[in-house]
Amino acid sequence: MAMTLTDDQNMLRDTARDFMASEAPVTHFRKFRDMGCKDGFSHGLWKQFAEIGFTGILIPEADGGMGMGQIEAGIVLEEIGRNLSPSPFLTTSVAAVEALKLADKAMRDRWFPGILAGETVIGIAIEEGVKHRPEKIACVAERSGNGFKLTGQKQFVVQGASSDMLIVAARTAGAAGETDGLTLFAVDKDAAGLSMEAARLVDSAVSAHVKLDGVQVNADAVIGEVDGGWAVLSKMLDAGRVGAAAEMVGVGTGAMDMTFEYLKTRKQFDRVIGEFQALQHRAAHLYGEMEGARSIVLKAQSLMDEGHAKAELYVAAAKAKAGLACNLSVREGVQMHGGIGMTDEYDIGLYMKRDRSLNEFFGDAYYHADRVATMNGY
Amino acid sequence: MSELETFRAEARAWLEENCPAEMRTPAKGDEDVCWGGRNFVFQSEAQKLWLERCVAKGYTVPDWPKAYGGAGLSPQETKVLRQEMAKLGCRSPLNSFGIWMLGPALLKFGTEEQKVHYMGQIARGEIRWCQGYSEPGSGSDLVSMQTFGEDKGDHWVVNGQKIWTSYADKADWIFCLVRTDKTNKYQGISFLLFDMETPGVSTKPIKLISGNSPFCETFFDNVVVPKNQIVGEINRGWDVAKYLLGHEREMISGMGGDGGVTSIGAAMKATLSQEPVLRAQMALFDVDNLTFRAHGERFMDEWKTGKAHPAYSNLMKYVGTELNKKRNELVMSIGGTQALEWESERSNGGSKARNWLRTKANSIEGGTSEVMLNVVSKRILEMPGA
Repeated sequence: MAMTLTDDQNMLRDTARDFMASEAPVTHFRKFRDMGCKDGFSHGLWKQFAEIGFTGILIPEADGGMGMGQIEAGIVLEEIGRNLSPSPFLTTSVAAVEALKLADKAMRDRWFPGILAGETVIGIAIEEGVKHRPEKIACVAERSGNGFKLTGQKQFVVQGASSDMLIVAARTAGAAGETDGLTLFAVDKDAAGLSMEAARLVDSAVSAHVKLDGVQVNADAVIGEVDGGWAVLSKMLDAGRVGAAAEMVGVGTGAMDMTFEYLKTRKQFDRVIGEFQALQHRAAHLYGEMEGARSIVLKAQSLMDEGHAKAELYVAAAKAKAGLACNLSVREGVQMHGGIGMTDEYDIGLYMKRDRSLNEFFGDAYYHADRVATMNGY
Repeated sequence: MSELETFRAEARAWLEENCPAEMRTPAKGDEDVCWGGRNFVFQSEAQKLWLERCVAKGYTVPDWPKAYGGAGLSPQETKVLRQEMAKLGCRSPLNSFGIWMLGPALLKFGTEEQKVHYMGQIARGEIRWCQGYSEPGSGSDLVSMQTFGEDKGDHWVVNGQKIWTSYADKADWIFCLVRTDKTNKYQGISFLLFDMETPGVSTKPIKLISGNSPFCETFFDNVVVPKNQIVGEINRGWDVAKYLLGHEREMISGMGGDGGVTSIGAAMKATLSQEPVLRAQMALFDVDNLTFRAHGERFMDEWKTGKAHPAYSNLMKYVGTELNKKRNELVMSIGGTQALEWESERSNGGSKARNWLRTKANSIEGGTSEVMLNVVSKRILEMPGA
């Protein structure tokens, strides 16, 4: 396919751009941050997301959604990133929906309507250590009664404490380090034995540490196949990764635009600092990095939508590149803004914080560069 | 089946029928590349046959109009043909600065007569061209060039010197920037074409750090150039040159190795598995390489539909050439002491070292990286200042 957006996709971008800029600009983010909101996002905004159709963008039309692909989800995410709009979109409407699309009808019927209505939030309970290592999952699900008993701990469960359901990856067979033997479960937030400790993050999102102390679930809580969870997990993770990459394209571009604007207005030594070649070359280099990131993300999204065999490689490269480029953008942004960039009052620092969280989400640039090397045969 | 898929099937059948088996193996070195021209010596019967068949089909320049030696293919069909050639491993039938650079300029600025004559010759591989742009005192600041053509009524008499003329010693004709008005910097340059065998033209190869001599100094001593051998209007050659530089930048930015996304890491696995930091560098390079390929694809798709910024090729040139230099630094590091060998057979005549050194010119020729960044900053980002 051509690496340009179609007319429909351009229209969606205009809609998403106008919506985020008017309903959820950085002032919206600040408002919820400053009130110390326990969720870290506005349930009212999540409802508005639903009304405009965003929450079900990846849900198949047969299930009442818009039946679109990663390119379209990415268009929304880029605008979310540009405006730092806080919402459960990435975890619930992208990652969780991709997993639930592989679940049976009963499970889809249970969760999709709430997502479509902007009433349901789903947490992704995968991580067990401080770095992303999905194959190392040790949380155990023992067969028990009509279902399973889950024991273990999870962390970096974004919006976990606000979630109605957690997608928990646990081991039903095999040992940590093996991709076989994993199973994904839909666990109700009120399940006995499940406890959470909320933790506010550097970017003001609220994450949770989750304890599973013999949590009993029925057999119908399994998403996909028992012991064959890796397939569902991979699909969910790749959707989350390419989504986070798209959001980082938005964060990086937002920070870059703000910085370029500053270079064109800030005066020192009797001239606009954008006249200095030392800054011009860094600005042009940054632009090239962001353009590259935008390109590989679009490539990865289109390969995923095609179901192409190389999609996994490109998703890894896209998450790595978007992470590196966005990180460069926020670092250059703070530096080129000078002292004002260090103040809480100015927005550029908020972009730096958001970049840091998104870089860690479902594997950082180094994790994914390593996967690229492995998939490339060395 | 869509029309494009019908074309794909036809193109593939034609290639399978007409591309000799020997021309489906990777070129081993520069001598396997067919540059055409009056003095070209074919390395094999297959090389000659492959060129002749492509010429007859218009496939040396598939996207050029049929009247000028091409096959008249659309951009989409051309892309499909290249994909099919890549799948079968077909070598390029003909490489030439005429195809990459002069042809597009003629198509835009040439007269009908010039298009039929010169583009036809290029398409058939009859004339090998070189480019006379840079001068000893005019590198990045190209417009300061001094080579002068004195108006003698029906002809010019050209005097001066060019430098970094690629393969001038092997070329048949030159497309050359010549000052025809000393009072006007930009609008005082003309774009002239002339035969390298014209009396007064001489060349001297320049030995580079790679030990090879792909470039020459070219001298003009009272060279007579008839007035009909100009492309575009008198004193408006800078417009032609700028247009053509865009094509050169695209070409050089495309030089990032194999033209594809295949990692060089797999073949180096034995070394990389013992060198974790080097492996990490290679991995980050692969991320950048995949990124650049996707970036190039997106740029071309936007370019074709008129959505790309006119100065965007400057960005691609910067990114592509810096990437190619990085690739060659890694090849040298992974190659270790064997990559240092300069003459031995086991090092294929020092090919790694020589390629590595050659790539250092990528970010200088056709506009330095620094000039590219200036252009991107001013024209695309609209940064203030001169």
